[in-house]
Amino acid sequence: MPIIKVKTSMPSQDPKVRKSNFNEVATGYTKEMALQEAERCIQCKNEPCRQGCPVEVDIPAFIQKIKDQDFAGAADKLKEKNNLPAVCGRVCPQESQCESFCTLGKKNDPVGIGRLERFAADYQLEAGVLDPEVTQSTGKRVAVVGGGPAGLTAAADLARFGHQVTVFEALHVAGGVLMYGIPEFRLPKEIVQREIDYIRKLGVDIQTNSVIGKLDTVDELLEKGYDAVFIGTGAGLPYFMDIPGENLNGVYSANEFLTRTNLMKAYKFPEAATPIKIGKRVAVVGAGNVAMDGARTALRLGAEESYIVYRRAAEQMPARDEEIEHAEEEGVQFKLLTSPIEIVGTEDGWVKGMTCVEYELGEPDDSGRRRPIKIEGSEFFMEVDTVVMAIGQGPNPLVPSTTPGMELKSKGTIVAEDGTGKTTKDGVFAGGDIVTGAATVILAMGAGKDAAKAINEYLQNK
Amino acid sequence: MYQIVATKILAPSIKLFEIKAPKVAAKAKAGQFIILRVDDEGERIPLTIADINRNAGTLTIIFQEVGYTTKKLGCLNEGDNIVDFVGPLGQPSEIENYGRIVCVGGGVGVAPLYPITRALKEAGNEVISIIGARSKDLLIFEEEMKAVSDTFMVATDDGSYGHKGFVTDLLKQVLDEQEVKQIWAIGPGIMMKVICATTKPYEVPTIVSMNPIMVDGTGMCGACRVSVGDETKFACVDGPEFDGHLIDWDLALRRMNIFKDEEKRAEAAGSCGGGCGCQ
Repeated sequence: MPIIKVKTSMPSQDPKVRKSNFNEVATGYTKEMALQEAERCIQCKNEPCRQGCPVEVDIPAFIQKIKDQDFAGAADKLKEKNNLPAVCGRVCPQESQCESFCTLGKKNDPVGIGRLERFAADYQLEAGVLDPEVTQSTGKRVAVVGGGPAGLTAAADLARFGHQVTVFEALHVAGGVLMYGIPEFRLPKEIVQREIDYIRKLGVDIQTNSVIGKLDTVDELLEKGYDAVFIGTGAGLPYFMDIPGENLNGVYSANEFLTRTNLMKAYKFPEAATPIKIGKRVAVVGAGNVAMDGARTALRLGAEESYIVYRRAAEQMPARDEEIEHAEEEGVQFKLLTSPIEIVGTEDGWVKGMTCVEYELGEPDDSGRRRPIKIEGSEFFMEVDTVVMAIGQGPNPLVPSTTPGMELKSKGTIVAEDGTGKTTKDGVFAGGDIVTGAATVILAMGAGKDAAKAINEYLQNK
Repeated sequence: MYQIVATKILAPSIKLFEIKAPKVAAKAKAGQFIILRVDDEGERIPLTIADINRNAGTLTIIFQEVGYTTKKLGCLNEGDNIVDFVGPLGQPSEIENYGRIVCVGGGVGVAPLYPITRALKEAGNEVISIIGARSKDLLIFEEEMKAVSDTFMVATDDGSYGHKGFVTDLLKQVLDEQEVKQIWAIGPGIMMKVICATTKPYEVPTIVSMNPIMVDGTGMCGACRVSVGDETKFACVDGPEFDGHLIDWDLALRRMNIFKDEEKRAEAAGSCGGGCGCQ
């Protein structure tokens, strides 16, 4: 049978329709589409795709299960390594991970591994997941600080090793960025909730409304009898540009803008009590995935014009290609090689526009990207009434600053050993954005997984 | 779920709730705040802690029913539960023996001022308290404040009780007559602004407790940005207390009103807003 060269396309809502609703954009493979795509996998012997997966999913095996029409079996295979497959199938950058190693990809499209992962995971969530077996207890207790991708992954794996795990989550629901940051139209919260419910069924106790550093500190957790602590508190500190006018009414951090909309469901206001104010013309500063989420969210909240304002060029935008394409299809406009130097307000303190300057590209800088150079005399005024700052997030200092004896880097991230997450404090491990600075969901999950292994070894030798 | 174990009406539309949250009570200190959510569709609102009872594992909060969520909260009774209650958040007040200090509270702001005043008194300070309200019936925590003060004064706008006029009139008198080391002022934004303008010429450090709009309360969203001196601070993690002489008050007052229109819409559409029969 000849190989189908092109990846089975993902059905999705029409851009004209979806830009005014919060339903999921990509609607997922049907059984027939999944079988067709699974058939494309040639089950090559050296399995290069596996080296591209931070959580070591046995990719050929789960795809084989789909080929065999054992869809629940495929999901079980995924879950041997990945505790959040329906999430990862949606938000992982497969094009730079598993799929970038696919043998087929050398000449044709790689196998749609992410789409198949999503299909299998969704199939099982829909069909009903059997309760997992709870591993017999080792009697050891582990505290996991932060209920995001890193923490949940570490918690699930530690529970599988038989340890008694408590997750302390600061917000009123677990999930971290999966709940507050990534929009409903990209990752339905119902899906996240169901995967978290599964982790609970592994025996993990999740305590919400628990701000470690304000309630107990890490030291107090150790004193209270936890044998080890994993810190996965993420990159929850929004950066601003430090330009005039940033505190005007109508300027949000991307975190605030997305948290109001996703976690607090402001798009359902007033049925949901949290408001959000959206103008007619919205500028999102930055061009990462978070910026795309912001610009697309603005359209759905009713903005007439939604702009991405970015000081570098198109090819340098850090967002995934898919996110950029989706944003373009929905009508987000890109003002590239442009950056605000001041946000200008009305007399009563509301944003009325931004003074921007234009840039051109010069020599490569430390990041290897060509450095943007300001063009003298290029100032212009951009009329907008809402500004969303999406220029990155730093580590939230709440836990690091209340944990003496744990070494930090200059930007406030925690020093942790590669591959184990061991910090300089005995019994304390860390992983995810709090160690690396803002990165991806899957890298945080990989770090959670590595740390779980290392914590298990630590507990066995303790 | 967090249970409301006691309620009390302190003044028209001002209510006191005692809420069971033993872990928070074990750690909370004067000057800190909590965030609560009434129900699953509710917003997260910050309220400063008015009292802490470690033995009973409860915290006291006091709120004025001014908006959608506070009205909804006010509909609840003893024995009812709220879905979320998180804290203690923010930095505690810096309590030490300064010498002679003044604590000024206005309206519902007297409630969070009380535990701070008590802690300052216990630390050995000579405490002069000045509390105020629009009228006598809106004055709260009089007895409590009196009990922890060496000198106690009251002002009402309409003169129905104590000095007729503003707390700043009394504060000015004190500052003219006595040497004061530090001042705490908690109340409506505009009151704190005027107090800071009053105390500035006397060069007496004046600490205020900001109550800006917040979402998470852990430094994650930046909604609570306050301009202090040349810096932008997050009231939720850097505050809520700041040197009032350094605050950009016009900005702070404007930021408090960001969602004023939405607040009206919520109330108009709200299931409560009087519709639940509570009013």
